[in-house]
Amino acid sequence: MSEAQTLERPVEAKAKYNLIDCDIHPSMKTPAEIHPYLSQRWRDHLATYGGHTRQGLSETLSHPRMVPEVSRVDSWPPAGGPPGSDLPFLREQHLDGLGIDLGVLVPLRFNASGQRHPDLAVALAVAINDWQIGKFLEPEPRLRGSIIATQEDPASAVAEINRRASDKRFLQILLPPRSIEPLGKRRHWPIFEAAVSHNLPISMHVGGVGGHQATGAGWPSYYIEEHHSQVQTMEAVIASLIFEGVFEQFPQLKLSFVEGGFSWVPAYGWRMDKAWAAMRDEVPHVKRPPSEYLRENIWFTTQPMEEPNPAKNLTDTLRWIGTDRLMFSTDYPHWDFDDPRYAFKVPLTADEKAAIFAGNAVNFYGLN
Amino acid sequence: MNEMIRSLDSKPALSTVGAIDCDLHPASPATAALMPYLDEYWRETFIMRGVDRMSLAMTASPPRSPINVRSDWKAKSGFAGDTLEAVRAQALDPFGTRLAICNVLNGAMIMHSDDMAAALCGAVNEWLAREWLDKEPRLRGSIIVSAQNADLAVAEIEKRVADNRFVQILILAQNDEPLGRRRYWPIYEAAARNRLPVCIHAGGSNRHAPTATGWPSFFVEAYVAQGSIFESQLLSLVAEGVFHKVPDLKVVCAESGFTWLPSFFWRADKTWRGVRAETPWVTEQPSDIVKRHVRFTLQPVEAPLETDALTRTLEHVDCDDILLFSTDYPHAQFEGLNALPAALGETLARKIMIGNPLATYPRIAADFAKEVAK
Amino acid sequence: MNQAVLEKDTNLEKDGGAETKLSIVDCDIHPAFSSQAELAKFLPQRWKQHLADYGPRSANPLVGTLPYPRMTPGNGMRRDAWPPNGGPPASDLAYLQEQLLDLLDIEYGILQPLAAGSSTLNQDLGVAMCAAVNDWQIDKWMDPEPRLKGSISVTQEDVPAALTEIEARINDKRFVQIAIPPRTIEPAGRRRYWPIYEAAEHYDMPIGMHSAAYGQHTNSGAGWLSFYIEEHYAFSHSLQSVLTSMIFEGVFERFPKLKLVVVEGGFAWAAPLAWRLDKQWERMRSEVPQVKRPPSEYLKENVWFTTQPIEEPENNRHLLDTLRWVGTDRLMFSTDYPHWDFDDPRYAFKVPLSPTERAQIFRDNARAVYRLP
Repeated sequence: MSEAQTLERPVEAKAKYNLIDCDIHPSMKTPAEIHPYLSQRWRDHLATYGGHTRQGLSETLSHPRMVPEVSRVDSWPPAGGPPGSDLPFLREQHLDGLGIDLGVLVPLRFNASGQRHPDLAVALAVAINDWQIGKFLEPEPRLRGSIIATQEDPASAVAEINRRASDKRFLQILLPPRSIEPLGKRRHWPIFEAAVSHNLPISMHVGGVGGHQATGAGWPSYYIEEHHSQVQTMEAVIASLIFEGVFEQFPQLKLSFVEGGFSWVPAYGWRMDKAWAAMRDEVPHVKRPPSEYLRENIWFTTQPMEEPNPAKNLTDTLRWIGTDRLMFSTDYPHWDFDDPRYAFKVPLTADEKAAIFAGNAVNFYGLN
Repeated sequence: MNEMIRSLDSKPALSTVGAIDCDLHPASPATAALMPYLDEYWRETFIMRGVDRMSLAMTASPPRSPINVRSDWKAKSGFAGDTLEAVRAQALDPFGTRLAICNVLNGAMIMHSDDMAAALCGAVNEWLAREWLDKEPRLRGSIIVSAQNADLAVAEIEKRVADNRFVQILILAQNDEPLGRRRYWPIYEAAARNRLPVCIHAGGSNRHAPTATGWPSFFVEAYVAQGSIFESQLLSLVAEGVFHKVPDLKVVCAESGFTWLPSFFWRADKTWRGVRAETPWVTEQPSDIVKRHVRFTLQPVEAPLETDALTRTLEHVDCDDILLFSTDYPHAQFEGLNALPAALGETLARKIMIGNPLATYPRIAADFAKEVAK
Repeated sequence: MNQAVLEKDTNLEKDGGAETKLSIVDCDIHPAFSSQAELAKFLPQRWKQHLADYGPRSANPLVGTLPYPRMTPGNGMRRDAWPPNGGPPASDLAYLQEQLLDLLDIEYGILQPLAAGSSTLNQDLGVAMCAAVNDWQIDKWMDPEPRLKGSISVTQEDVPAALTEIEARINDKRFVQIAIPPRTIEPAGRRRYWPIYEAAEHYDMPIGMHSAAYGQHTNSGAGWLSFYIEEHYAFSHSLQSVLTSMIFEGVFERFPKLKLVVVEGGFAWAAPLAWRLDKQWERMRSEVPQVKRPPSEYLKENVWFTTQPIEEPENNRHLLDTLRWVGTDRLMFSTDYPHWDFDDPRYAFKVPLSPTERAQIFRDNARAVYRLP
């Protein structure tokens, strides 16, 4: 039986893991927290030149969010510092509070992958990976890390992946969906090759500053638009990966899309299939209908949970996507956090729940 | 080398006493400092959203880079020009400056939401008036606006114009579209109507890459690229017929450099001769239009000062009216007090320091006339 | 243009010893296809079919033409360059020989094919089209006419494929440079392109960057320009960006023998650009420690400029300052035949040149850079 077929069966969560959270955002008390992990040269560089990304504001997201630090009001640690910067409070409020067996860190600070200075990008990526270990992974066995990889510099990204691969506390490679070129393009393939060779999945969390307008229609004015635009970005990345033939070249590659929701996925699969049926001779290397790659190589985290009206329409979506493709996430400490106790407003069987809350992640991360 | 020795003597080659400094930068205010100058809706929403705690520093001008902060002007904060005391002690008194125009570079101008940008720009202008212009009679201001919404920009201009200490409009060099395009014309019309020049200052929104070849890796590279953006903007203003449509409009290019002007004139004029049929309203060669309507602040002087490059370049430009004195404080464009290169000579230096700014800024000229009359 | 007119023009050299019969090297000639089908002859069937179905697909929003119409038919050609036997300007070898090579005493002409393959979004199509255009240069131009030299067109965004194409052509000495467009996905100095520069330096082949009509970014840092006058001007900016990027990324430190030719951007701007680069580097060299010398030094050692479109100061003599600042050793004459803004070697320079300068600019610099026989 091929590995692809194995993945299709819903897997019962092992007793070891009942609740896996695939998206926790750690932060620093102050930007200086990264300093011990940077050489003097880069500390000086950051102090004078700062970060240098492909957008207008140097220290702030292009579209201000609705709440400070994009976070839940109650997630500010009593001991001080921004949400997600205090491990004891994170344990208390989140890991202990919700009974989380395993939480995956997705660090978004400093935007290493988006830095224009090629050497700064690498220095920051390495530093953030070291910081994850020092601040979270060492002291807290329930937490796991993501290897920051600089997609614009594939050789350096591969070097960093190779360096971290034997540290099993890193569960995945993190790439931003927004990059200079669509991520399916061949120059990124060494990263996919490295991922597959180490049995590491790749995760793409919404965001990134790729140096292009946030939508194909141009720059949106308001946060509501920009927030939504992440969906279109993910769609574009999926199309690129599929139509460039990444999953033909790397059939073992596993990819997750985080914090983009998932209700758009089935219709997008149908759209790709129809276009491929008419124009498959443009892309002869794409040997199967696109939706099959969606079904086999790609997973989605559940947050932000969709809320159709009537709620039962979600059942169709879950059926079309496959309950084996969804992995629970909270997005702690962000404001649109999903509480595992309340997130699903449709009935799920016990098997489905077990799969979504832990079993699928166990498969995805190779924890079995 | 000679410049360095003179700066050690602390006596500049050419005196700047009595100058009108056309490009001075008080440090950009922290967003929290703007809160008193916003209306209730914006105050409330900014607090709720944490915008009051956000930095609006711009990628196009990293606030602590060596170009943006001259090392001997750096405060403990790492910034410069962040207090009135510092500006007096570093930018005004030592140069003997008579008047200085404050150009505040703040990310207010580049927020995507039109209303948010307009509200923040208004707050910056109010902050400048209350905390700088009210307190130091040698200072004048530029009305900053977000060019992306011409109606809101014009509203801010019309509101601010009654305060005579505001002497020009300020927009950034890089926007959504080239500045000659028609969507921006109401701004120029409002400026000309009120006899205020429009200052295009280096920097930008980064809504697209700042070069046709993508995103420069380094700030030094991107900074150099800004010169090209100014050339594109000048040619846009000319080609679209802005000066034809708004004949009273004056434009000041600030922190653009100017030694590229001759090659710009030669190329633009030559091409115009070949392709002018597409833009029939451009009835004179571009260089003549620019010489009549556009002025350039002095800093940065990009020429090897130990050679004859500057002298020859000025001869190529052939327009003594075109330069306006500036220190570009606190940017690091020269050593010590040597804001005026010796090659200018005293006569031209005086014209650059006083005569040209007076001819460009009617409000400043009116101030001077009043003083003389007293 | 009749002989009498030629001989009457005394505006040129004031110095008596000028060679009136100087054989020249023309560093910018644009050969054209006689028809759309002409390139297809050099493509494998698969790509012939693909092109017919899907077209070349580049960032150009219009398929058959440029979004900035030129002022003359044929996308901006000299009105007198249309061959009497038909076809577009520069598509007919015999007419090109007559009107350009023979008439103007051109000893060598460098073909700049402006290969569409370098800009197609479909990487594999781009590879096929570059190979085809290289074959076409040989077949239509270089085989029958030894005065014409070719440019190896490559897909710079697909570096392994570009290297393969370079290796495939390098032994044909009639190819004298590697052609890359300046308007690339990332600035030209970025490390992703370094293997190409490494190959160029290794083979002592110059990289020729000819201004490009479109790329994947806006055509200026200010945004999309409205008129052709602006778009034409902006060609010089993309070449300036290339130089700035290559210098600050440290390309010339890493590849000190690399030769770069910037084509069809003019050159007067090179002097103030050098001053600008030096001044900012002095201030901000801590950001770019890989740049070990003042930027202007690299400009003086690794970079050449073709002369067209030559700038025309109102006071001719100002050009003498420019020539002194840029260095007559860095300039290589070009006509840009058959474009409307063609520079005629007999009239292009409106200032006196010494015999040495004339020989340098019109012939000797190019012979050295391109290692012409």
